[in-house]
Amino acid sequence: MSNSTATVALGAAGEARALRFYDSGGHHPENGTLLGFWLYLMSDCLVFACLFAAYGVLGRNYAGGPSGADLFSLPLVAVNTSLLLLSSITYGFVVIEMQRKRQGATLAWLALTGLLGAGFVGIELREFAHLIHEGNGPQRSAFLSSFFTLVGTHGLHVTFGIVWLLTLMAQVARHGLIAANRRRLMCLSMFWHFLDVIWIGVFTFVYLMGALQ
Amino acid sequence: MSALDTDPASTAGHGNEDELDHDTLHITVGGYVTGFVLSVVLTAIPFWLVMAKVFANPTVTTFVILGFAIVQIYVHMVFFLHMTSKAEGGWTWMSLIFTLVLVVITLSGSMWVMYHLKTNMMLPSPEQLRNIP
Repeated sequence: MSNSTATVALGAAGEARALRFYDSGGHHPENGTLLGFWLYLMSDCLVFACLFAAYGVLGRNYAGGPSGADLFSLPLVAVNTSLLLLSSITYGFVVIEMQRKRQGATLAWLALTGLLGAGFVGIELREFAHLIHEGNGPQRSAFLSSFFTLVGTHGLHVTFGIVWLLTLMAQVARHGLIAANRRRLMCLSMFWHFLDVIWIGVFTFVYLMGALQ
Repeated sequence: MSALDTDPASTAGHGNEDELDHDTLHITVGGYVTGFVLSVVLTAIPFWLVMAKVFANPTVTTFVILGFAIVQIYVHMVFFLHMTSKAEGGWTWMSLIFTLVLVVITLSGSMWVMYHLKTNMMLPSPEQLRNIP
């Protein structure tokens, strides 16, 4: 009995110490949103880690069907990769123009980023349609199931990123570069660059290593 | 977050602007251009290595392109995502390190376990069958 009270007292003391630690730092509202969004990105990163692991485990089970070397067209992947890389730098200019408080330039760079993203999704959808048309859809083999899941999830993220980007363009056009909109643009910036980081993993692990087989 | 913070109308004034600018002051055109040039180079080299079949041994190519991918991810983290160990009082850094640990465990653990499972579940070869006591 006395033991348990001692533990409780210790726990309370530890909590008090932790509280003092948090309160000692100065906080302002923007930090909360950006940190929270970063934590969401980290959990999204874990989702992709699981999909990469599934692909790593299943990616060599062709079930007598075609392998990555038979299916992947590296020049097309190179075009897709450059579209996504270009959209990263154009989003960088969105942030620069946003800091200079130039609404027109911000909207123009946003539009260009959206177009590059749409081009990326378009090429990916064409690749998927081609694969399915040839009878190499997700149901063909474990390799293709995990390939479509991993690459499709990334493509879905980019699609929702474009929807978000269009929403923000409407917001900026209507309300201007107010603090709330600039915070939202910074969140989308993190999301967009994060998707580019995931794509580095996809083109290396799936396409380049698949074509090596 | 308070309702005040998410309402566009209430933040239309200049209350929070200085703080946001202060937080993002290190973002420059030069930083983005440097990151972009680096990532173009780091993308082009692995594609060239694979498409031109520079190394005869595919295992060598695999490790080299994985190395390039890791460097490029680092470049994106620094120049595009503006990661520093001091941002947000170190919490973004902490969560990133924690996530990386989990990612490594998930990836290497899955492949290690499943590789051994596959090897051990294989049908025995005729020699192995003959050697069974």
